[in-house]
Amino acid sequence: MNEGVELPLVAAILTAMLLIVGAATTLIGSLGLMRLGTFYQRVHAPTLGTTLGTSCIALASMIYFSTLGTRPVLHELLLVVFVTITTPITLMVLVRAAVFREKLEDQAASTSQTEKRERR
Amino acid sequence: MSAVLTWAVLCAQVLLGLAMACSTLRILWGPRAQDRVVGFDSLYVNAMLLVLTFGIRSGSALYFEAALMIALLGFVGTVALAKFLLRGEVIE
Repeated sequence: MNEGVELPLVAAILTAMLLIVGAATTLIGSLGLMRLGTFYQRVHAPTLGTTLGTSCIALASMIYFSTLGTRPVLHELLLVVFVTITTPITLMVLVRAAVFREKLEDQAASTSQTEKRERR
Repeated sequence: MSAVLTWAVLCAQVLLGLAMACSTLRILWGPRAQDRVVGFDSLYVNAMLLVLTFGIRSGSALYFEAALMIALLGFVGTVALAKFLLRGEVIE
């Protein structure tokens, strides 16, 4: 904690609200990841944290450091842009992998069933 | 640092810690490998946000670089794991 510089009250309250909203949104997303039923439902939940949570907390950090340094600090935008771009790519590759694996298993199950039928 | 901000940072850190615990539970429970990979993806994003709140708490801009590194390496790791699930090898 740096006690030397005192933040204006408006900036402090804005930062606090953005921090709590972002953290709560991330928690809701992770709760959804824990509680939802199937894999394809679970993929949706953590994107709440990666879009809303990341942008809220990065905005809080930007406001805090801009008022602390009395100059605009914008490098947290890099984080927001990067996470927002990479999350859909990750999930798309992952869902494709899941579909591929399920198809393989279905094929394996159907071939084993036909083998059983032929044995009879 | 005003009392409001100290309290809010502590509250946000507790919430993000709970979110990391939920992701860890999904990694432990996950019935299939892809569930575990989604849990890992969520875990590193939550860790990155926790590092950002530590940066606000300490007032140091160094934590931003750590968060950026976590985001970059986590993305590469998750895509490598997904490629491994898809083909059985990482580099084709």
